[in-house]
Amino acid sequence: MNWDRLFDIPSDLQHSWLGLVGLHLREALLPVLAGLLVSLPLAQLCVRFRWLYPPVLWVTTILYAIPSLAFFVLLIDYTGQTELTVMIPLTVYSLVVLVPAIVDGVRSVPQETLAAATAMGLGPVRRYVQVQLPIAVPAIIAGLRVATVSSISLVSIGSIIGNQGALGNLINDANIYNRPELAVNAVLSMALLALLADGTLVVVRLVLTPWMPRRVTRARTSAKEV
Amino acid sequence: MNLFHFIDAFFSDNAHWHGYDGIPTRLAEHLGYTLEALGLAVLIGLPVGLVTGHYGRGGNALSLIATAWRALPTFGLLVLLTLLYGFGLINVMVPLVVLAVPPILVTTYEAMRSVDPSPVDAARGMGMSEAGVLFQVELPAALPLVLSGIRSGAIQIVSTATIAAYVGLGGLGRFIIDGLYQRDYEKVVGGATLVAGMALATLAVFWAAGRFAVSPGVRRSG
Repeated sequence: MNWDRLFDIPSDLQHSWLGLVGLHLREALLPVLAGLLVSLPLAQLCVRFRWLYPPVLWVTTILYAIPSLAFFVLLIDYTGQTELTVMIPLTVYSLVVLVPAIVDGVRSVPQETLAAATAMGLGPVRRYVQVQLPIAVPAIIAGLRVATVSSISLVSIGSIIGNQGALGNLINDANIYNRPELAVNAVLSMALLALLADGTLVVVRLVLTPWMPRRVTRARTSAKEV
Repeated sequence: MNLFHFIDAFFSDNAHWHGYDGIPTRLAEHLGYTLEALGLAVLIGLPVGLVTGHYGRGGNALSLIATAWRALPTFGLLVLLTLLYGFGLINVMVPLVVLAVPPILVTTYEAMRSVDPSPVDAARGMGMSEAGVLFQVELPAALPLVLSGIRSGAIQIVSTATIAAYVGLGGLGRFIIDGLYQRDYEKVVGGATLVAGMALATLAVFWAAGRFAVSPGVRRSG
């Protein structure tokens, strides 16, 4: 272990440490964002049509069961050894956490609250945006936290399919150049990114839900997390 | 040349079914890693989750620990341990256990917390001991969720045990990693199919375990 060379990034990666961090954040966070954009309407459909929810849960669970490495490899045929090959599976994986989180969050809105909103003249769209969604925020954020943290960890597997793993590529280099300090750097950097992202989401929740008690309350849906 | 062509070619090649690099051997190795890691993860996560859930204490500490463990990248830990301690199975077990403990731990805790309090009070009122309340009232009622936590852990282990091949061990990842290096796409796709199949089989096993172990009353209300 050569601690002086902890940040001495091998030139084959063509990035500085900060560059790798940026790349890693992009590869990990864009899929979660895409997952959120897909799961919001999907969850709303599941709330609207109750019979739809069990099959949707089954499909997302089965998709989640496809191993990341296998998923990456199968996609190479279509999208090549690119970032997209890493980001598509991560998007799909995020659904298994986000859809139940949003469905449970939206369903947890009390019937009286909905009736009050309707009585005040809110149409279905405004009722959804102004009443249901804000009340579901803690549950949605709880889902986003799990999805984000695991996404940040999973990006590193991308290094096995042609150096598409951002900070994970450091792990590969640590192996082939026998420089364990690079693996230490990668593990610590990723753990730090994950914890920072997690903390940011907690802050976002506090900002978005000023009406909630300030002590740490964990949303109920975390019980369903996968 | 589509995916199914590769899958068919891989499985119909007789050479893939024999010897130390044959499908049965690799499948058995993969199953071995999975069971060992899952056993260890359940041994750590389940008791801690049950006890903390029963007493309703330490939930925030648990979710902090779970987040911190989740944040550790599995692949990074694997390579780091291998570089530091050399070739060995323990280097695969540690990351896999770290991966599977958070879902088991957190879900067990939440499952115990979400049990309806009135039967628990009734059991206590009838003079049941704390252990009796835990194992005869709370655990049966919480079982579906507890099982779903273990199921997530198991599926993550099955998927991720593929990276054991990256540090020279066996398992189904062997086909994927060797195939990538040999530019033998047929082998890669075959390996990926096997892993996905095993993950789906895991889902099926847990579904069956749920049918068998969860009491009919709990299943109906759940």
